[in-house]
Amino acid sequence: MTRDGEAALAGALLAPETPAPAAVADAHRFNVYRNNVVVGLIDAVAATYPAVLALVGEPFFRAAARAFVLENPPRSPIMIDYGDAFPDWIAAFPPAAGVPYLGDVARLEWAWTRAYNAAEAPPLDIAHLVEIPPDELALARVTLHPSLHLLLSRFPIASLWAEATGRSAATHLDLSQSEAVLIARPDAAVDVRAITPALSAFLQTLSAGGTIADAAAATGDDQARVADCLTSLFELRIAVSLLPEPVADQRSAP
Amino acid sequence: MTLPTAAGLPFKHSHFPEIEAADGAVAWYEVHAENYMGAGGPPHRMLEALRALRPLSLHGVGLSIGGEGPLDRDHLQRLKGLVARYSPASFSEHLAWSSHDDIYFNDLLPLPYNAETLATVADHIDETQEAVGVRMLLENPSSYTELAGSSMDEIGFLTAIAERTGCGLLLDINNVYISANNQGFEPATYLDGFPLHLVGEIHLAGHATETEADGGRLLIDSHDRQVDAAVWSLFKQVIAKTGPLPTLVEWDNDVPDFDVLLDEAAIADRALSAAAAVTAAAE
Repeated sequence: MTRDGEAALAGALLAPETPAPAAVADAHRFNVYRNNVVVGLIDAVAATYPAVLALVGEPFFRAAARAFVLENPPRSPIMIDYGDAFPDWIAAFPPAAGVPYLGDVARLEWAWTRAYNAAEAPPLDIAHLVEIPPDELALARVTLHPSLHLLLSRFPIASLWAEATGRSAATHLDLSQSEAVLIARPDAAVDVRAITPALSAFLQTLSAGGTIADAAAATGDDQARVADCLTSLFELRIAVSLLPEPVADQRSAP
Repeated sequence: MTLPTAAGLPFKHSHFPEIEAADGAVAWYEVHAENYMGAGGPPHRMLEALRALRPLSLHGVGLSIGGEGPLDRDHLQRLKGLVARYSPASFSEHLAWSSHDDIYFNDLLPLPYNAETLATVADHIDETQEAVGVRMLLENPSSYTELAGSSMDEIGFLTAIAERTGCGLLLDINNVYISANNQGFEPATYLDGFPLHLVGEIHLAGHATETEADGGRLLIDSHDRQVDAAVWSLFKQVIAKTGPLPTLVEWDNDVPDFDVLLDEAAIADRALSAAAAVTAAAE
């Protein structure tokens, strides 16, 4: 093919209103390729965002996804990485403005697929905790599991997601209820759960590189609450390593 | 290691419990390489378990070997990594393009066959075999229309590619049947001219039939149903000549229960056994 040939085909595939390229013997048949490409991309978005699809219904979803894929075609042949732009896009899609939680539910689904495909890392056992003297523990930093994602929404997105995907029975949700959500996959299954604001603050602080003392402060330093957070860190199997303050820093201290 | 000369099935994650419970169930499995390019998680966990039970065929769908632009070096390295990790018995890709500039179309798109594209594709296959470190099989495409700019036929093109690069061929008989219908040639004539000695694997699949505005029949490579009777018939004609070859029954959309795939594999295995008996009797 001449250089113009492939470029002409490529340019027309994602431009449904343009005529078929001259290189194609049968213009109508070119639409088979065009349709296969667009439908294949819509199917890929649908596979990643089943809760969004369930919340808006298939006809609306496919029409929205068609517009999305034409504006945001994949840039990589790794299709499990495709669709990261969809949550922001659907949140700003004017016809979906009446469903204000759609963008946040999509963010949860994107985090789910990231967690599903994330690197493996063996979680620390809680037995590790008791070996560390309390004053060292306070200064320790925690490496969290590579699959961990934390979301904050002003909508009950974990509940919306669970109901939309059939994981829990439909209830009458209070849509004014905000939720902090944890998404992680330390083992084979992706764990999605609403967590307390305290645990969310605790984990956000650790995730940003803070010490356990910093994370405790972020929860308000309530002892019972901090103990709950530490327990959750191990029960949810999301702590991968726990490192005391670096030795070099301790030497430089007076 | 080579693939068993028996029926294989595509590995679908939803079938994993049944495959594991049946201790592998069929002779070998094919996986699409790009589905295992994430860092970790259930896809890799399941593939490791499957690999312990059965030989694997690693089938790439995203390298864009038929494209005019350079191959994606990062993608070649990812393929090499999968070969190193899973030691597949076979690695194959398509005579098609799927990327242009930085856009990936997630589909297998056609190229014209001429001296220029022949040189480009041969260079791409040389580079792939060098980078991935194994001999590959190149699959014939399905086609919906002719492209301007072709000066060679598909068989001449595939044969020349194989001779230049040393690669083998993956013969997709459903693709032959689809292209033959859509472009108006006889599939049996095409298969008579195909360099069968270069074929290392056969693909079979189902296709959809549409009626066009002029009343003509258009076949779509949909991989969403059982293999058509006409494709089974062509398959039997091919293996009567070649003897048994590793044969995949593809099914990628509207994937049914595992039992349905097992039934398709059983049909292929019966035909392969019959061909083996005939070939043995002739020797």
